[in-house]
Amino acid sequence: MQTLLTAQQLQLTLNRLVHQLLEGEEDLRDIVFIGIQPRGVPVGNRMMELAAQLHPDKNIQYGILDITFYRDDIREELHIPKTTTLPFSIEGKKVILIDDVLYTGRTIRAALDALQDFGRPNKVELCVLVNRRFNRELPIQPDYCGISIDTVSSQKVKVLLDSQEVVLY
Amino acid sequence: MQLTTKHLLGIKELSPSDISTILSTAEQFKEVLQRPIKKVPSLRDVTIVNLFYENSTRTRISFELAEKRLSADTINFTASGSSVSKGETLLDTVNNILSMKVDMVVMRHSASGAPHFLAKHLPDTSIINAGDGINEHPTQALLDAFSIIEKTGSLAGKKILLIGDIMHSRVALSNIYLLKKMGAEVMLSGPPTLIPVHIKKALDVQVEYNLKKALKWCDVANVLRIQLERQNQVLFSSLREYNLSYGVSKKILSEIDREIVIMHPGPINRGVEIDSDVADSNQSIILQQVENGVAVRMAVLYLLSGRQS
Repeated sequence: MQTLLTAQQLQLTLNRLVHQLLEGEEDLRDIVFIGIQPRGVPVGNRMMELAAQLHPDKNIQYGILDITFYRDDIREELHIPKTTTLPFSIEGKKVILIDDVLYTGRTIRAALDALQDFGRPNKVELCVLVNRRFNRELPIQPDYCGISIDTVSSQKVKVLLDSQEVVLY
Repeated sequence: MQLTTKHLLGIKELSPSDISTILSTAEQFKEVLQRPIKKVPSLRDVTIVNLFYENSTRTRISFELAEKRLSADTINFTASGSSVSKGETLLDTVNNILSMKVDMVVMRHSASGAPHFLAKHLPDTSIINAGDGINEHPTQALLDAFSIIEKTGSLAGKKILLIGDIMHSRVALSNIYLLKKMGAEVMLSGPPTLIPVHIKKALDVQVEYNLKKALKWCDVANVLRIQLERQNQVLFSSLREYNLSYGVSKKILSEIDREIVIMHPGPINRGVEIDSDVADSNQSIILQQVENGVAVRMAVLYLLSGRQS
């Protein structure tokens, strides 16, 4: 097992991402953040804590999205759905999708389909903590990215929540 | 994680963890139904036939809506106006439909065990029981359970009363199986002629012939429909007398010191098993039950549609 980001580096990376996301955003009314179930949610949660520290007086719109019903491998393996909570309209807003690892791109494809059922956003951007550059199966790239790594498909990348590390194994 | 069964024939065949999986999945589908676009593409490649050999309004519309909101293709079949009237057997009818590449069958039939018979002969197709004779109506029990949890928070330890024609009610039997499996206490109330003698022992439930005492005991009362089509069997003397002894009225509810939840699977006979002012009151969740029916049926179809991994 190889550590990609230590707890301290992870903290710095998340901080940088949050600054990038909020850079030049005067008014947060037209921007919404959405963590993708299951593993994008803890990453999103941490980023939103940091965002709230930067803008303590502003209301940050944050929701979670489950993409189970939009998966393209539903016939191969049945997944039990998780909660979706989007307590705001995304119509005409800038949506920033947050996930832990970008790999094949299929989750994001499903998330884009799911978003359409909630309205027509003005713009959708993608923020990931780890970008696994190889093995992409769809033409999807991140707009904001913590670290980019080169891996083979037999390896796995995981964000360990208890020790707050990102590891490759 | 999948269900332990390929078909939904009855609650009897489900494990408690199957029931929990269906109910928690239904919760997510309920959220889908609140969205601006109440439809997901999960069953885009699945074709479902709704075989209704017996009349139905709610169940059929509910299944059809559930199928459409999962993006499945659907065919509706009703016995009247079909080749059934020319003498075609059930198995022949279904085999003919399946040869046109149908993946799942939702069936209501007046013969108890009809879906079990189909499941035995068609092991590769998922059969969903939408009510068979006086045996089971599993999706109704699941939506009742979902509605109870939504209203009161849980099933375990809850005291649930079923009132009315227990003997002929598939809703009652499915409810009893489900509630017992999920740790609720069940009491039955109704005229002795409509409650099977050995049910107390056979299904480990309580029986109380005095409606007021029964209502005082329970947290939730599920009022069953008096099946008017069985009136000629003289199991009670008249509808008026039934209403006086077992009808749920504002008056009898006012004699109980707390507010209990009132449910009814529909269709309601107003003024027979339940009075209008009770059915339309705030303590009744009858319309929520109907609303939840779509989400619960979506969950069942979704969970049974997954092909073997």
